[in-house]
Amino acid sequence: MRESNEAPLWLLFSAGGVVAAFLIPVHLFLFGLAFPLGWLGAPSYEHLLALVRLPLVRIYLFVLCSLPLFHWAHRFRYTLYDGLKVKHLNEVIFVLCYGGATVGTVLAAYMLWSIK
Amino acid sequence: MQQPKSPLYTEYHPRWYRPRVSVYWWLGQSQYLKFILRELSSVFVAIAVVMTLLQLRALRGGPEAYARFQHQLQTPLVITVSVISLFFVVFHTITWFNLTPRAMTVRLRGKRIPEWLIAAPNYAAWVVVSGAVSWLVLRWH
Repeated sequence: MRESNEAPLWLLFSAGGVVAAFLIPVHLFLFGLAFPLGWLGAPSYEHLLALVRLPLVRIYLFVLCSLPLFHWAHRFRYTLYDGLKVKHLNEVIFVLCYGGATVGTVLAAYMLWSIK
Repeated sequence: MQQPKSPLYTEYHPRWYRPRVSVYWWLGQSQYLKFILRELSSVFVAIAVVMTLLQLRALRGGPEAYARFQHQLQTPLVITVSVISLFFVVFHTITWFNLTPRAMTVRLRGKRIPEWLIAAPNYAAWVVVSGAVSWLVLRWH
């Protein structure tokens, strides 16, 4: 559980960092602030559904949800280890972080798959 | 300090000099604080993903479920979470882009290209990508 799988996990962290850096601000700004506060006219349910039905958009949304979660898992794990010095809970933190990211990934896949 | 050849035969246990570091070590200097805030930005990245997952669930649930979701996004608590998350997510973007020149040294005719010139295309691409996403969400038919 140590050195052997550190490299792929770091790659996921790095790829997720790129995806999060480029895409999450605009999503959060639009759907979290601009539409709820009425700064911009919110797109209709039908419009968003039509978008999500496009295969490319589904892949895009899957990547948008999955990779940043693995970015979080890696970074948060080391914040707890080094920053807040909770090294003794090593295994528990590892399982919670990557388990959480995996659950999120599966949920995203299921949701995108089942939207008709 | 000379270490004993075989630790099995020491008469005393050597004491290492290891000063205890406080759990709050990162509060001491602005650089350390910036580091911890950067690391904690990942929590808000995760929050943004969870919001997207909830949005997908609402979309899947039909027009009424989506209307309910939109209504929940307007509550002061969720707006506050969104504002704080947006701050941290943008902080992540800026620190991430500014790291690129550190990870990648580009030399042109033996001279190192200045850091801002390597980071700048990231910002340009960020603007283009954000514009494209906004256009898809707002205008695409």
